[in-house]
Amino acid sequence: MGLAKRIIPCLDIDNGRVVKGVKFLNIRDAGDPVEIAKRYDAQGADEIAFLDITASSDNRDTLVEVVEKVASQVFIPLTVGGGIRKLSDIKRMLKAGADKVSINTAAVNNPNFVREASKKFGSQCIVVAIDAKRSSIKNNKICWEVFTHGGRNNTNIDTITWAKRMANFGAGEILLTSMDKDGTKDGFDIELTKNVSEAVNIPVIASGGVGKLDHLVDGIILGKASAVLAASIFHFGEYTIVDAKKILRERNIEVRI
Amino acid sequence: MPKIVVLDYGSSNLRSVTKALETVAESKHEVIVSDDPKIILGADKIVFPGQGAIGQCMKNLREKNLDDIIRECINNKPFLGICLGLQSLMDYSDEDGGVKGLGLIPGSVIRFEENIKDHDNNKFKIPSMGWNEVFQTKKHPLWRGIDDGSRFYFVHSYYVKIENNANIAGSTDYICRYTSAACRDNIFATQFHPEKSQQAGLTLLKNFIEWNGDN
Repeated sequence: MGLAKRIIPCLDIDNGRVVKGVKFLNIRDAGDPVEIAKRYDAQGADEIAFLDITASSDNRDTLVEVVEKVASQVFIPLTVGGGIRKLSDIKRMLKAGADKVSINTAAVNNPNFVREASKKFGSQCIVVAIDAKRSSIKNNKICWEVFTHGGRNNTNIDTITWAKRMANFGAGEILLTSMDKDGTKDGFDIELTKNVSEAVNIPVIASGGVGKLDHLVDGIILGKASAVLAASIFHFGEYTIVDAKKILRERNIEVRI
Repeated sequence: MPKIVVLDYGSSNLRSVTKALETVAESKHEVIVSDDPKIILGADKIVFPGQGAIGQCMKNLREKNLDDIIRECINNKPFLGICLGLQSLMDYSDEDGGVKGLGLIPGSVIRFEENIKDHDNNKFKIPSMGWNEVFQTKKHPLWRGIDDGSRFYFVHSYYVKIENNANIAGSTDYICRYTSAACRDNIFATQFHPEKSQQAGLTLLKNFIEWNGDN
């Protein structure tokens, strides 16, 4: 017995509202983030992640309000990502009640930002988010490249190298999303997850592609992830967190019930 | 109204613990975040939450003279340390090249051993991040209503090695068996974050609010 594997529902936030499944279904059925977060908490979510997809930075204040409201009522760890570019952005989110921030594009633009942030606020609250896409096979090995700006820009950086570098720079955790799998409902990119998990000593959260509960099991057992993140399977009410934990437990994975 | 002061030593993230305390205090206790010695000395209870690196934490405490204030009020007020708030009570920490602690509970702070594998042959990750079981090694008013082995939220790379068994209130298994809750007289301190540990954590905070410091 020991540390439980974590299930993390992710809420995409646009202008302070939850938007469901924007990546693959054109449904923009908004919900109240506080109510949804409370529901996941009651079901036994181990953490909750918020990803701000608000296009205009002017509207980012709404996310701060969301975090403040959720943090006053939900007493589990909250991770906030999207548009975190400066130390002052991190401070603002932590002050609002976030426990961790995830940094993606800003880390690629300036890797030292991760070093500075973990030094100032502690590694425990710095998550580096990596969007990875299969590119080519070099020396008989699959390669994944790091993408930024929501998957639009290819940085040509090798994902494994990048993950190791970010761990050395003080990241406390890696949130790893497969661009190939995201939205497919085919399951995680297991090879990617396993390769990154084995390359770094910090926890890896698998993300992108979950369509059924067995995928969560695969991410943990085959992908060796410490935590699994999913959005749509929980949002649309197909499955609850309780269902997910039940399946994990049946497969002898340690979970918090 | 009784006053609970959350020590503000310069960390940004005090909202979680303040909100959790306010929730269990139900307006019967006032929760104040402060670094003002007068307010701290006038408090009925003290909460010392800590996050990040211990070197910076101890430096901030000393710069604000909060180390002396803690020593002064720790003798007569119920005191709850969280995470670094536990580690900084020790004599010494290996983190940041070696840091002297407050020396209020005999013990030291050491890093989890690297490259240790679990029974599935996977390396244990550091930090230990997530929900782990806390075994109550001692009866204590702060455990009231909490099942033995309940899970709490942890995030840490260092842990405390306590010298006297009498100061161990709870233990947890990760890489090794270590102390996840320590106690001494009116002091209780946890490696885990009760403010992030849902019902079990809120119960512990409520127990603290109702605690008079006796064992």
